[in-house]
Parts: sequence; C-alpha cells; structure tokens
Amino acid sequence: MAEANPILIVENASCRFDVSGPWLQRIATGAPRRELKAVNQVSFSVPRGATFSIVGESGCGKTTLARMIVGLQPPTAGSVRFGEIRRADGTVGPPRVQMIFQDPYASLNPRWRVGDIVAEPIRELKLRATEAETAARVAELLVTVGLSAADADRYPHAFSGGQRQRISIARALATEADVLVCDEPTSALDVSVQAQILNLMVRLQKKLDLTYILISHNLSVVRHMSDQLAIMYLGRIVEIGDADTIFNGPLHPYTRLLLDTIPDVESPNRARAPLSGEVPSPINPPPGCAFHPRCPMAEAACSRTVPELMPRPRRSVACLVLENSEGAADAQISRSTPSA
Amino acid sequence: MTETPLLSVRDLKLVFDGRKGPLTALDGVSFDIRPGEILGVVGESGAGKSLTGTAVIGLVDPPGRIAGGSIHLAGQRIDNLPAEAMRALRGRRIGAIFQDPLTSLHPLLKVGDQIVETILTHLPVSRTEARARALDLLEQVGIPAASTRIDHYPHQFSGGMRQRVVIALALCAEPDLIIADEPTTALDVSIQAQITSLIKRLCREKGAATMLVTHDMGVIAETADRVAVMYAGRIAEIGPVAEVTRRPRHPYTAGLMASIPSVLRRNATLQQIDGAMPRLGAIPPGCSFNPRCARATELCRTLQPTLGLQAHEAACHHPLVEADHG
Repeated sequence: MAEANPILIVENASCRFDVSGPWLQRIATGAPRRELKAVNQVSFSVPRGATFSIVGESGCGKTTLARMIVGLQPPTAGSVRFGEIRRADGTVGPPRVQMIFQDPYASLNPRWRVGDIVAEPIRELKLRATEAETAARVAELLVTVGLSAADADRYPHAFSGGQRQRISIARALATEADVLVCDEPTSALDVSVQAQILNLMVRLQKKLDLTYILISHNLSVVRHMSDQLAIMYLGRIVEIGDADTIFNGPLHPYTRLLLDTIPDVESPNRARAPLSGEVPSPINPPPGCAFHPRCPMAEAACSRTVPELMPRPRRSVACLVLENSEGAADAQISRSTPSA
Repeated sequence: MTETPLLSVRDLKLVFDGRKGPLTALDGVSFDIRPGEILGVVGESGAGKSLTGTAVIGLVDPPGRIAGGSIHLAGQRIDNLPAEAMRALRGRRIGAIFQDPLTSLHPLLKVGDQIVETILTHLPVSRTEARARALDLLEQVGIPAASTRIDHYPHQFSGGMRQRVVIALALCAEPDLIIADEPTTALDVSIQAQITSLIKRLCREKGAATMLVTHDMGVIAETADRVAVMYAGRIAEIGPVAEVTRRPRHPYTAGLMASIPSVLRRNATLQQIDGAMPRLGAIPPGCSFNPRCARATELCRTLQPTLGLQAHEAACHHPLVEADHG
C-alpha cells in the first residue's frame, strides 16, 4: 500500500512479552523461558483523513497494537512512525495522537468536574494563554460533541454512558489531536446510543480532517466506519486492504468465518452450522499458519510454513491455499453482494 | 395459541423501596412462553430485561420486591412461594444461564463435582448414576474429551467451554424452563454462534421453554421464535421475531432496528434515536417513550398505551402501519 502521504506508518512492528515464571522457580524446575508474541511483524500505513480498523477476537493483539500506536507500549522490534502533516493553522509537524477508551465509566475521573477533565490537556500542553481562553475552548469543545457549555460544571456521574463517551471525545480533541485511536469506543453503549456516537465520530472526521484507528470486534460497526481494514489472528494480520473489497468478498478463511458468524438482523441465518474450535493460546501458537487447526481449507503445507501477506488487487491476504490454487479459489469463494 | 403456556407472567410490577419512596422498575409486564419456545427479551441497559428474568427465578433481592401481578409455571403460582420451596424449584424446574461463565462456577470445585452435586440435590439418583449423567451432559453440550475434562477445574476451561459447562449445569435436572441472561455477551463472535446454536438445539430436543435475555438484536433474530422489546420497565412490542424485526409497529422498535449498522452495506449516517432512556425516578406520564418519539401527540403525553391480545402487539397510540415500511 503506497499512499502518497501516510500519516501513520507501522513497519514490521512486533511486541513480545516475557511471561516465564520467576527466575528461581525456572532454575529449580528447569522450565524454559516463555514468550508471548502479542503482535508479530505487522506492517501497514494509514493515509490522513481515513478510518483504519483493526478487527479480531480476544487475544489477537489488537489492543497491544493500539497501545503501540499511541506510544504506551514500545515495539520490541520494527517501528511505528508518523508522517509530517500540514494543519489548518499552517503549522507542519507530526500529528498529535490521542486515545478514546472503551469504558466511559472508568476513563473519567469521578471527582473532577467535566470542565476540568476537558481543560487538563489544554493546561498541560499550554495551548491557551489564560484561564478565560481555556474555559471558552472547553465550552466550544463541549458544544462540538453535542453537549452544552453549562455541562462543564457537572461531575461525570451526572451523565449517561453515551454522554460520557462524548466527554472522552471532547477531551481527546482538546489537544488539537489529528489521529484518534479508538479502542472499542461503543462496545459499552446501547445500540441507539452507539448510533449517536458513531454519527458524531463521522461528523467530526469530516469537519476536523481526523484520522481514526478503530479497534473493534463488532463487525457491523467496522463496516459502517472503515475505509481500510486489517483482520488479525494471533498477533498477525491475515487480511488487509480496502474495507468494501474485503466485506464484499472476504478471501482469507478466517475473515470468511468471522463475516459468516455475525448474527444479522436483516438476513438472519437461523440454520447456521458454526465452525468449531477456539482461538489457541498466543503463548504457544500452532506451527505454520496459526489458523490451520480451525481452517476448513487447510492442507499439509499449512502446518509447516508461515504464510506471508501476498498482494492482490486492493488488498493483501496471508494464506498458502489461496496462493497455491489461485484461479479455482477465486471462482469458488467470490461472495455475491446482496442488492440493497 | 392453543397450547397452554409453560410460563405465564401477568401484570408483573417490581419496585425498589428507596429513601424517596418506591421506584417502579417493572410495570405491568405480561407474556407467555410455551414449551419448546424461545422468547427473546431485548432492550437497552436499564429497560428491565434482566430484572424480568430475575423475578421469574425468584432472586429479586431487597430493596427490590414484587409489588403486583403474578407468575405461573405450568399452572402453579410461583411468585409468592416461600424461599425454601422456591429454592427446590430453582435448578429442578427452572435452569439459569448467566452472562459471565467464570462467576457462575465455583472456582475451587471440579466441574464434574459441581454438576453431580446439583443432580443429587434435585434428582433421586445415586452418585454413580449422577456422574454418568454429568458425563453425558458434558458430551451433549459439546465438550471434547469429556471423560477427562469432567475432572478439571473451571480455570482450565476457555470462556466458550466454561459457558458450555454452565449450560450443562442449567440442564442437569431437565428443567422445563431455562432463563438465559446474556449468555453470549462475554464471548467472541465465532464462539457466540456456537453457543446460540447449542441453546437452540437443546431447547428443541428437550422441549424446554427458554427466555433469552440479550441486548443483541442479531442474536435474537437468529435464535428466538418470539421477541419482547422492553423500554423503561414495560414491554413496548411483542410478537413473532420475523414480524417484529421486519415490520416493527412501535416507533421505538423501528428506531432501534434502524440504529444497528448493517454488515451488508455501508451507509453515510445511521438513523439515531435522540436522547436516552428515562431514569426510573423520572419516567414521563403517558407513554414512556413520548419525549423521544417523532409521532408523539397530546394523547401520548397523558394516556399510557397498553398491549392487546393479538400475536403481534405494540403498546403505542400511533403504531407504524404497513405503509410506513415502504
């Protein structure tokens, strides 16, 4: 993917955690060191103003990847870099990155007034000279996210889950952020409130030219928001590319499994035969392609060779079977797009 | 509706006694479940869907109390039973599956022992028979190598496998009624499909009536036979699942359906319902949805709408009709 001006470039980034026992116990029992490869040689780049989504089940490394992007977790190998951008006020520099967390009940200090919560980044980064200017900026931000300026004097407990998530967004925007990393921003919210927050995020993206890195396991939310998409399985990206292309014709067997298992209200599949098996432990992943024990297409080679991401039109897929049986596989798995 | 309902809830009212007087959490909730049927109960947080399940199991803790209405299980009234009689009923005739499989299992007991203990409590069998039955149950819920897994502790199971153990536990005394409260919320999507199809299969095989409480409309659409949509402690709409999801009559149901993003296509904006559900202490008079409803009139602000007796009913003065769905 060679975008002209990527705002975020992740190159061969890996993150490993040492999960071996205490050293004395290790020596006494002769147990080897154990390592958890949370993120394994992940590469992608994101253009400015786009929404890039990372999808996967629990334990696939998506949150670790998000933490690496915001700098809370240094990569153990590879790099996470940002491109230079020109802002609306004419300044040029690396983008400011902020994070929006999953649980709006845990991410706001219950003893602080909302005004102080939103003003903290402004005061900390000295973005406004005086308190009056800061207060005016806070009022402006609260109105931007659909609250009222008077809400600055209230405490978080006076707000509902959706309103709290709006406060989190206002706090992230207070730094004049260019990139927002959203880790499951709506999974703690009810669907009618989720729609409000997603609509707000889309509106803000257009207005402020924001770039979103969206982490989610909810594929309908991802479908609604994403321009680009990466599907992760046990620390590796198995399919990455244009979101519409992937949703309309998933190629990797894991992507197809994920898309097939989402219960859908519009076309419920009441006679489903779910695929068996579960995500294996990332401490001791299966050899070769990590998905092969659950894969209906697996061949002998899949348990030996780790597949590389192979470029295809508008996306890349890491699957040995697809590589080996190009033409036949294409015809077999093209998924018809339902006419709306 | 020729068959007699297994579970019949009528005008259930549940209040919490607070310092500022009683707060009504459930108000006039009525529904039936027939044997072998899955009733989905859907709603947003605080709508009273879990509370309805808790009331049926008889686990409402003070300061909550049932203030009116009745619950009948196979013709027997169960909402006013003494605690000891209710305890005998729970597990024997009503099985429960809760959201978090880790907290519903005892961490220090082997899963087999937990199932055996439950069987011995409720059924007149020997310990050997109970163990054979526990093994059989674990196989039925799809646990691989059940004969070794029966002696494992809950922490040795993954989330999906734990939920299967909880389902085996709920089924061990062959209950007539299963209350499943958000059984798949804590699980990944690929595991969620496994669990819902398991619940559906067991429900069919054993002819047990099931009340499936969830906030996920997709799960309901694929699992339930009928669905009750709850809003602010009342049932807003109830009917066959395909009817309610395709041709909703209550504006709240319609708004709820429209606010779910589709996986089939990408839309520019989602339809949203502005505002939030009222708090228990501030439920508006008339229809509780009226402040958020585009169709609301003076009638909606004064008179509380009621549910009729048809198969598909909406508690609304101005229900959506066929023409509204295009």
